[in-house]
Amino acid sequence: MTTKYMDAELVGKRMSSRVRKNTGWKGLFFASTLFGLVVLAVLLIRIFTQGIEYINIDFLMNHLSTDASRAGIMGAILGTAWLMVVVIPVTMVIGVGTAIYLELYAKKGKLQSFIATNISNLAGVPSIVYGLLGLTLFVRALEFGNVILAGGLTLALLVLPIVIVAAQEALRAVPGNLSEASYGMGATKWQTVRRIILPAALPGILTGAILALSRAIGETAPLTVLGIPALLIPFPEGIFDTFTALPMQIYYWTIDASLVAEYANLAAATIIVLLVLLFLLNSIAILIRNKFQQRY
Amino acid sequence: MSTVMTKAINLKLVRNENERSEPEVQKEVVYDTKGLNLWYGETHALKNINMDIKEKEVTAIIGPSGCGKSTYLKTLNRMVELVPIVKTSGQITYKGKNILDKSFRVEDLRTQVGMVFQKANPFPKSIYENIAYGPKIHGIKNKKILDEIVENSLRGAFIWDELKDRLNDNAYGLSGGQQQRLCIARCLAVEPNVILMDEPTSALDPKSTLRIEELVQELKKDYAIVIVTHNMQQAARISDKTAFFLNGEIIEYDKTDHIFNNPADERTGDYISGRFG
Repeated sequence: MTTKYMDAELVGKRMSSRVRKNTGWKGLFFASTLFGLVVLAVLLIRIFTQGIEYINIDFLMNHLSTDASRAGIMGAILGTAWLMVVVIPVTMVIGVGTAIYLELYAKKGKLQSFIATNISNLAGVPSIVYGLLGLTLFVRALEFGNVILAGGLTLALLVLPIVIVAAQEALRAVPGNLSEASYGMGATKWQTVRRIILPAALPGILTGAILALSRAIGETAPLTVLGIPALLIPFPEGIFDTFTALPMQIYYWTIDASLVAEYANLAAATIIVLLVLLFLLNSIAILIRNKFQQRY
Repeated sequence: MSTVMTKAINLKLVRNENERSEPEVQKEVVYDTKGLNLWYGETHALKNINMDIKEKEVTAIIGPSGCGKSTYLKTLNRMVELVPIVKTSGQITYKGKNILDKSFRVEDLRTQVGMVFQKANPFPKSIYENIAYGPKIHGIKNKKILDEIVENSLRGAFIWDELKDRLNDNAYGLSGGQQQRLCIARCLAVEPNVILMDEPTSALDPKSTLRIEELVQELKKDYAIVIVTHNMQQAARISDKTAFFLNGEIIEYDKTDHIFNNPADERTGDYISGRFG
């Protein structure tokens, strides 16, 4: 028998302290998770108890009013919807197009990785900076004014990096042997992209796009920079109309709660509407992912 | 045309064949590789390859991992160009034209030269759509014609009887062996002249392997088949000619029974008898 290095007695003595430590760490990780959940729960309960009783058909359908009991958020809901009408096509076309170029067409090299890295960096730029960009470019230089088109394009720029990165990852996840099979039969690159790679990457692309939209819907800072009001303006009917949006409505009501206490409740009610909207969008994302998901 | 003349032309076509060739079964040379060199960046992966491949024959390529046999196979349909750092010199003539010339469109080449891969790679589509994919990308839209192509291709790969009642099922529901035969059928649907097979049975069980080997024997009646394999018995069983690759060079290329029973080079003998590789 060779020399024994494991002293059974010593190992046994240390064992209980090792197991205790193990339990301790597990507890710490659980506590971290719990912290987030508790804070979120407190927030939700607070908002719901304050705002839920103010949500009714009149509140959802009415024009804005300085009289808290008559104020409605239809204008903000329409404004947010119109914003999405601009954001969705712009981000999908430009975002997915960029991702396809970077992943499938661009030569892999320094320039390509430089661009890819900077797109990731852009995802981290504070949203208020995008607001300044939108103000300079769309509102002033192109003289759109603070209309839906300017707001939508600003938000589209803001979430574009998210869509690009998500789409790139989805395209990268398509197994190479599928495109090989297609090329092997004499398909051109575009045929392969269109018929094999894009369908396989679609769930990932759509999930990323909808998550990006959720982000755009809730953004407030860039809109404040653009000078989006929450005033008594007519319902927007097209992308060249002035507008307000749900997060702006929340923002102004919260600020003005010091003048009219009722506004705080209206803000809470609007937050509920916004949360429900976000929840719906995320559910759609999950449904789409499950419906189109393919196994390789 | 007089018989003498025909014979003269045929003799010219097989000029690279050595004296052992039987003049009565002269077969046309499909691929003629001359002085092919290939580099992956700085790595010299193929060194001065000279090799001709004939129609209606199975040509096996054997050799240890990393010897360049798959690289050579992928050069035959220029699939190797999917790796951007590849450089080549020399020439490969396919039916008289140099395919390494940039003016030779890869899409044309790959339409005439089908490929079956190591791991079965059906598309995540129905069995029908997998087969119809090739004809569709080449512009066939008529449903009736597509139906016929699907049936003929599946029959050609001897898998029609197994699959005819489940054409709309997803191809991913098939077994590994069925998937690989589906991929062969998919390749037949484009009506190629040559089929390149890159270790097509390495991921399959013995029974499925046998079925693929039988299929190869049938297919060689109509196609030139080039098969890369790690399985020596497989090469001996199914091929007419065998090339032994080592470190990017062809050590020996001859009739299969010659290579296996009476190899000219010591290294070929060592490899075949399992002394290395």
